[in-house]
Amino acid sequence: MLSKQQIAQRIAKEVKNGQYINLGIGIPTLVANYIPEDLEIVLQSENGLLGIGPFPTEEEIDPDLINAGKQTITMVKGSAIFNSAESFAMIRGGHVHLTILGAMEVSERGDIANWKIPGKMVKGMGGAMDLVASAENIIVAMQHCSKSGDSKLLPECTLPITGIRCVKKIVTDLAVLEIHKEGGFILKERAPGVSVEEITQKTAGKLIIEGEIPEMKF
Amino acid sequence: MINKTVKDAREAVKDIPSGAFLMMGGFGLCGIPENCISALLERDIKDLTIVSNNAGVDDFGIGLLLKKRMVKKMISSYVGENAEFERQLLSGELEVDLIPQGTLAERVRAGGAGIPAFFTPAGVGTEVAEGKETREFDGKVYLMERWLRSDFSLVKAWKGDTAGNLIFKGTARNFNPMMAAAGKITIAEVEELVPAGELDPNLIHTPGIYVQRIFQGENYEKRIEQRTVSSN
Repeated sequence: MLSKQQIAQRIAKEVKNGQYINLGIGIPTLVANYIPEDLEIVLQSENGLLGIGPFPTEEEIDPDLINAGKQTITMVKGSAIFNSAESFAMIRGGHVHLTILGAMEVSERGDIANWKIPGKMVKGMGGAMDLVASAENIIVAMQHCSKSGDSKLLPECTLPITGIRCVKKIVTDLAVLEIHKEGGFILKERAPGVSVEEITQKTAGKLIIEGEIPEMKF
Repeated sequence: MINKTVKDAREAVKDIPSGAFLMMGGFGLCGIPENCISALLERDIKDLTIVSNNAGVDDFGIGLLLKKRMVKKMISSYVGENAEFERQLLSGELEVDLIPQGTLAERVRAGGAGIPAFFTPAGVGTEVAEGKETREFDGKVYLMERWLRSDFSLVKAWKGDTAGNLIFKGTARNFNPMMAAAGKITIAEVEELVPAGELDPNLIHTPGIYVQRIFQGENYEKRIEQRTVSSN
């Protein structure tokens, strides 16, 4: 079973040179720590920045410079600042190549639910609906099962959805899976030490297993 | 050049009535009109509708207006940092309209730009789409969204001049420029107010045509929500 850091580390291998990338809050934010240094990529923050840098030192902290999670950040060389309409213009316009975000549920058709649990506090969708409706490649980082042990990979989402038929790939603590265009989770890789049987048992939606499933390499 | 200067925040917001439809710039607590919010707190008004990406925190920003029960409705994309907000929402004292962030930004932009409606892919197939017109363009389904325009827009900039031209700094820009354009009356508070002619026209983010009142704010707290530092 992978730790959150290892999920982030595995997703970092999906990043390609020259990409503009939006990272969601939580595990996706950790992906930045594992992107190989020889790749030239730019991180987009939907509150209006291309070129997110590391967290600042105490001396560098600037309250006028935060990421979408409201954390203080720095800018890398060559950064650009813009307003919120421009930010989502570049998202909806398809200029951001890769979106990595967390989820509460994913369906075998690639629907995603991650913004609302009816009956509990509703915090809002922020930019997630715009991002999933537009990015050409969407990777979900999440645990395979909820804290109560229920599968989060379902035939249909039970929670209010954030977007339809948009997820391309899912990396969980147990497996790497892709969405089949006719529906279904294609099992691509297993976490070290995790059996196909365990993944089958913990995947409620249709699981497609073709040939030998390799273990993930780091 | 037309002089837009008013004395201070108190004078700038003195005619905002109960029931007004307001926009307030800011993302989280970054780039919020701190001085205008303080001045509004002194006013005896209520039933405000506020368009703002977030709703502040319990003891700062829009959270202060909520605590004083001055707000009837919030139109926002994310409101997760405010316990008083949650209490009022669950008890039915407060209405809230949650809107995808990009749709919110574009609805405000459209308001300022005179575009009554537009189509976006955000929210198609979700509860956001309920009751809204959809249309297919080139094989993909889009949702029709309407513009937003305000009675008063309260924005915060880094520098401004007496003609109302504004320059923002860092990610404090966020929703401020679109809200400035979408306000019938736009009130800009700035950290530094200079005479017209002292700002480089090439570097203006918001042209003064959108700003009706401007003043130099004071005692900016610029509270940080998530103070994150690197270990080295």
